[in-house]
Amino acid sequence: MTKTQNNRAWFLVLPVVVLVAFSAIVPLMTVVNYSVQDIFDIENRVFVGSEWYREILLDDGLQKALLRQLVFSFAILLIEIPLGIAVALAMPSRGRWASLTLVVLALPLLIPWNVVGTIWQIFGRADIGLGGVLVTMLGIDYNYAVNPFDAWATVLVMDVWHWTSLVALLCFSGLRAIPDAYFQAARIDGASNWAVFRHIQLPKLKNVLLIAVLLRFMDSFMIYSEPFVLTGGGPGNSTTFLSQTLARLAVGQFDLGPAAAFSLIYFLIILLFCWLFYTTMMQLGRGPRV
Amino acid sequence: MARIELSRLAHSYQRRPDKAEDFALKPMDHVWEDGEAYALLGPSGCGKTTLLNIISGLLRPTSGHVLFDGRDVTDLPTEDRNIAQVFQFPVVYDTMTVYDNLAFPLRNRKISEHEIQNRVGEIAEMLDLVFCLKQRAGTLASDARQKISLGRGLVRTDVSAILFDEPLTVIDPHLKNSLRRKLEEIHRQSKLTLIYVTHDQTEALTFADKVVVMHEGEVVQVGTPQDLVEHPAHTFVGYFVGSPGMNFLSCDVDGNFAVVDGQRIRLADDTPSGAERAGDRWELGIRPEFLQLVFDRPKEGLQAKITNIEDFGSSKIVTAAAAGNTLRVRLAEEDEVRGELGWLVFPPERSLLYRNARLFREPTGRRQ
Repeated sequence: MTKTQNNRAWFLVLPVVVLVAFSAIVPLMTVVNYSVQDIFDIENRVFVGSEWYREILLDDGLQKALLRQLVFSFAILLIEIPLGIAVALAMPSRGRWASLTLVVLALPLLIPWNVVGTIWQIFGRADIGLGGVLVTMLGIDYNYAVNPFDAWATVLVMDVWHWTSLVALLCFSGLRAIPDAYFQAARIDGASNWAVFRHIQLPKLKNVLLIAVLLRFMDSFMIYSEPFVLTGGGPGNSTTFLSQTLARLAVGQFDLGPAAAFSLIYFLIILLFCWLFYTTMMQLGRGPRV
Repeated sequence: MARIELSRLAHSYQRRPDKAEDFALKPMDHVWEDGEAYALLGPSGCGKTTLLNIISGLLRPTSGHVLFDGRDVTDLPTEDRNIAQVFQFPVVYDTMTVYDNLAFPLRNRKISEHEIQNRVGEIAEMLDLVFCLKQRAGTLASDARQKISLGRGLVRTDVSAILFDEPLTVIDPHLKNSLRRKLEEIHRQSKLTLIYVTHDQTEALTFADKVVVMHEGEVVQVGTPQDLVEHPAHTFVGYFVGSPGMNFLSCDVDGNFAVVDGQRIRLADDTPSGAERAGDRWELGIRPEFLQLVFDRPKEGLQAKITNIEDFGSSKIVTAAAAGNTLRVRLAEEDEVRGELGWLVFPPERSLLYRNARLFREPTGRRQ
């Protein structure tokens, strides 16, 4: 029997293809185009091959920014993920208090990035900011505009304040999805609270945690507005992360070639880490054990 | 081993219950004898699971006491009672291996690894789980998972009763039978007290030595499967057990006779010939298996019009209308239905009288 071939289905996919082409592929190819040329003006352009890539990869300032970026992203993952789980576990599970906690937790998520930066810029000031004054009263010489350590601490605390809620809300929904029978069975089995967490709650949270880790990694790896408003990348370059470096290069100096090469490398790094997180976390607690 | 006694036990999910309807479980006294297999049968929402959770200690009763071998355990938490419970949905620790799952309750009770190894080996053998001991429990099918959650109860040496909350609901139909046989086998070997909650009468009648039927938060009958079929203590039991359920006709009472539509029907001998009291609701009950359908006018009987015949291959169910009631008769496959009009004959020993929904007969009977 012959099978009739029908290719009409492709027409149904076409709108999506066109949309994706214009929203992602075409802009991306423009960037690729820039990244292999040296452009003086519209008529004068020279193909330079991988020169910009080499230059970017060997640039000392960029390497340092990448390192800072990695340290920052992993630090906030290490703080926000456990903290978010802890907050979700401590939340009331139902009733009026649960709704109230949910609203309160959601508040930081609703504030625009640059406003968050402004809030913390004022909050952290040692002369007029509530936080800064309190820390100074404790006898700590605190000034985020002068001290790189203080600047880092402030940026980290700001991000934790801003985004831990997201992790907590995701975990809260994951925890509510666990049927009561699991906890009842665990009680009958005489399991301790730790064992309940380790063997029931944590495995059941795996999928929401994967989403939380990916979202928090991507977002923090691309962080721009908050440190830009808070510290402007200083003192010195101590809180200058990748996106700010990129913006300086592309918009500030108008070095489109190197900036394009940088963007592509940036993009690939994010992709690589997301893939690593995804595959390792999906493997956790799976497959036969020997 | 344990004899479980419920004394004046009642439970309400409301904070201040005052009406009878507020109670999910109406005040009851009941004893689960040591080593017997009980089925707790009733429709959804009748309080079966509530009762089970009170026995296992997951729920604290509003009033009354739970006693294990005479010891009051009402205030003891679940982990301190010698009870295991198997839930409707198989509960396994997905990321642990089957071995670790089975060892889990023992490890929590600080039992030596050597003894754990022996116990787990023994139970895995009994439940046919040896082949997958090293596999992660999350990868298994639902019947194997249910066996694991049963195994976690069996593996404990301190367990004296296992409670099952509709454990076969999510199991494939062709595996249900084998798993149920496994349970019966385990009961024979272990001599544990088993309480098996179900709304499936076949499961209840085949599994249990004694069936406890619940209806709207009350135990309406405790009896052997035979009792439930032959002498339902409550119209609900008659209706719920058996397929199709028992026929009930409202009637008047005259001595040892029920009067339906002017026709006198002789009742079972142990029916008391008490005088009728005003306000009582009387019903005549007979199972479709015992009701007879004849086509030559009998001495005593109700004339009936046949409205429907369902053929099940091995038997037929005839629906007949008589004196304003719809009745069902189960006939053997070879019995013929001749014509549309017939007579229903009520064998006296099978014709039971119900007063206000409860079986009305001499207290000397086998009634419990």
